[in-house]
Amino acid sequence: MKKREGVFSGLKILSFSWAVVGPLTMKFFADHGATVIRIETSHRPCTMRSSAPYKDNQPGLNRGGYFTYYNGNILSFAINMNHPKAAGVTRKLVEWCDVFMENYTPGVIEKWGLDYKSLKKIKSDIIMLRQSGYGSWGPYKNLPAFGMVLVPIAGLPNLIGWPGKEPLPVGVSAYTDCISPRFASAALIAALDHRNKTGKGQLIDVSQFEAAISFILPGLLEYVATGEEPERIGNSSPYAAPHGVYPCRGDDRWCAIAVTTEEEWQIFCREIGRPELIKDPRFNSLANRKKNEEELNRLVSEWTIKQTPEDVMTRLQKVGAAAGVVQNAADTYKDPQLRQRNIYWPMQHAEMGEFTHLGESFMLSKTPAQAYSPSPLLGEHTEQVCTEMLGMSDEEFVSLMQEGLFE
Amino acid sequence: MLNHLRALDLTDDKGFLCGKILADMGVNVIKIEKPGGDTSRNIGGYWGCAADPEKSLYWFAYNSNKKGITLDIEKPKGRELFKKLVDTADFVIESFAPGYLDKLGIGYSTFSKNNKKLIWASITPFGTEEPYRDYKDSDIVVMGMSGTLYQTGETDGPPVHISMPQACLHAGADAALGCMVAYYHRENTGEGQLVDVSMQQSAAWFQANAMPTYELNGSILKRAGSFRAGMSTQVAQRQVWPCKDGYVFFNVIGGRTGAKTLSSLVAWMDEEKMATDFLLNMEWDTFDMFTVNQEVMDKISGPVGEFFRKHTRKELLKGAVPRGVSIGPLSSMQDLLEDECLNARDYWTKINHPELGTSITYPRTYVRSTEMDFSTRFRAPLIGEHNGEVYREMGLSGEDLQALKNEGII
Repeated sequence: MKKREGVFSGLKILSFSWAVVGPLTMKFFADHGATVIRIETSHRPCTMRSSAPYKDNQPGLNRGGYFTYYNGNILSFAINMNHPKAAGVTRKLVEWCDVFMENYTPGVIEKWGLDYKSLKKIKSDIIMLRQSGYGSWGPYKNLPAFGMVLVPIAGLPNLIGWPGKEPLPVGVSAYTDCISPRFASAALIAALDHRNKTGKGQLIDVSQFEAAISFILPGLLEYVATGEEPERIGNSSPYAAPHGVYPCRGDDRWCAIAVTTEEEWQIFCREIGRPELIKDPRFNSLANRKKNEEELNRLVSEWTIKQTPEDVMTRLQKVGAAAGVVQNAADTYKDPQLRQRNIYWPMQHAEMGEFTHLGESFMLSKTPAQAYSPSPLLGEHTEQVCTEMLGMSDEEFVSLMQEGLFE
Repeated sequence: MLNHLRALDLTDDKGFLCGKILADMGVNVIKIEKPGGDTSRNIGGYWGCAADPEKSLYWFAYNSNKKGITLDIEKPKGRELFKKLVDTADFVIESFAPGYLDKLGIGYSTFSKNNKKLIWASITPFGTEEPYRDYKDSDIVVMGMSGTLYQTGETDGPPVHISMPQACLHAGADAALGCMVAYYHRENTGEGQLVDVSMQQSAAWFQANAMPTYELNGSILKRAGSFRAGMSTQVAQRQVWPCKDGYVFFNVIGGRTGAKTLSSLVAWMDEEKMATDFLLNMEWDTFDMFTVNQEVMDKISGPVGEFFRKHTRKELLKGAVPRGVSIGPLSSMQDLLEDECLNARDYWTKINHPELGTSITYPRTYVRSTEMDFSTRFRAPLIGEHNGEVYREMGLSGEDLQALKNEGII
């Protein structure tokens, strides 16, 4: 295995993680060299391990694409937490780690005696990061949550859809899954810095619900200011017209266009070969374009439908108007810009073969994130962790294994 | 806390959230605007409705906990002042078009030669590489290019976006996180670096299971309207359900997560005599979305949908909590302000806006810690509010400031 270097090399993270929020949080640290041990069990495998799509359409705990994509660079440790000898081994794992992170529904960790107070007794300067749906305390603490229900509870679908029609879910349904890990990870680095300077650990509690509200905050302040709930406005914008997604040549092909300033409007009209529209009284100001938006959108569509979205984008961008292909999975998979920026990491996986893992979301010039190891098979690193990191003898490991502890 | 650090924040709305996160963690963030104020102050709505750059709610939302000065970096004297300010800073955060600051001679490369410790975050729409380096952006355009917009909307209609800008938030949060990783490195080695953030990349970073589905099956996840794409090949999985006074989001799913919710929901329905024999006899522990057929899905969806229609959003949430049923009634803004959990956790706080003669409700914090305080402490800066404080600290006199003002530099 490639040697882990980078900003967090030497940092030890123990992670009791579930679904996507856990892995995305681990990822920032593992990608920069931290050793992250993820606790799993074959008795209750992570829900992502049993989510389609599967390699060759054959279900299997180590064959799921959704899980594999998000779990690169981490180690998997299998243990049956309900086994009478589990406590002894988890104690050793807690002693080993700097950071203990978890995102179960509150109560699970407590049941295993791994609440902050107990962890602190084992390791006084431990940093614990908890990241459940609604926070580790409060009236909803025991309510199980996942992204698909947190998106509506945080109010986002009020902002998605057409006037007078049903609210819509975000297409990447567990959208909030990518919000709280970023806040939580930034806070965790501040906590590590604090520990390095003061010797003090801490408990960090992040509620995915609370973090998600940050992404609609201006709408919330508008409600506070005016008492008016936001309305669904489709793809229109109060500040730009044309503004929307326009049909292009091909099957389900679209291009997004946004014309904000008068200068852009003039450029746009010339490029689409309709310079007379610049001074057309229906369209000669933003206010008039908004008033006649339906007609305007029809005219724009007439022009876009005859071309590929790539042509529409290239032509408009060339003259300085904002336009972009509404890319589907095949497009983003091949996108030259994203590829150059290392968002995808192909890695060789024992059961999946060469498979694309999620790469980095931002680039650091001197300490780049790196692909160290593919997504682990369930329990792949149990023996290695026991014997190399926890100082267990081979005999002890084998005896515990035979007792069914490492399942 | 990080209150020994200083960040200069030159971003417009593409990068507000970066400085906001750093400021919440204690960093002294100074927003630098051009004289007269940043153009993003013209994003509405406004407090009191009438357009006013000092009352933009968008500006309020993402610039609290920051101080603000004005400076024209396009003028030579302004550039000199900027250079002096950079000497006092740990972080510079900017969202100018690629190459703009280099042309002015005040880009990262100018400073990095001599100031080895400097951490510089650059937020651009598409990154600094070709082919998209100089492409113009707008949220809908960047979200389109990120692959996420395509997946939202009715199957037979156009993709539809979230009407509040999102790409800038993914990018801003990534930039803050990048700054923190870089800071951690600097504490260990003394070495600063460039944090290079592309809005397209940040937004594309989470495409749910679109990439694995494409790579493994060669298929493109399409928009599924009120349904959810990609979880099952054989059945449609409804997400949005009408309830008595709005909508509730709920997914029939398998595995451990689904079993708990489905068995509790059916027990709840049974309490109200609304569970069918079929539902009561289901083995939820072995229920699997991969093998389920449409007939079974219909036998679940029918009575469940009827149950939801009999209840209000509040009743559903109130009933779900003690039973551990994972459902999501769609909150209005008012629901959020009144939410029992948010209020019990003291999520909301009032921040004073003396100029408006009022205080405004903001989220207090999204991170709670036993050692650190991430709270919203004070409102976003007025235009040039802290010119006196910041420039005097650099040794400028009242006369100097007046002269700079007369020349239009601050």
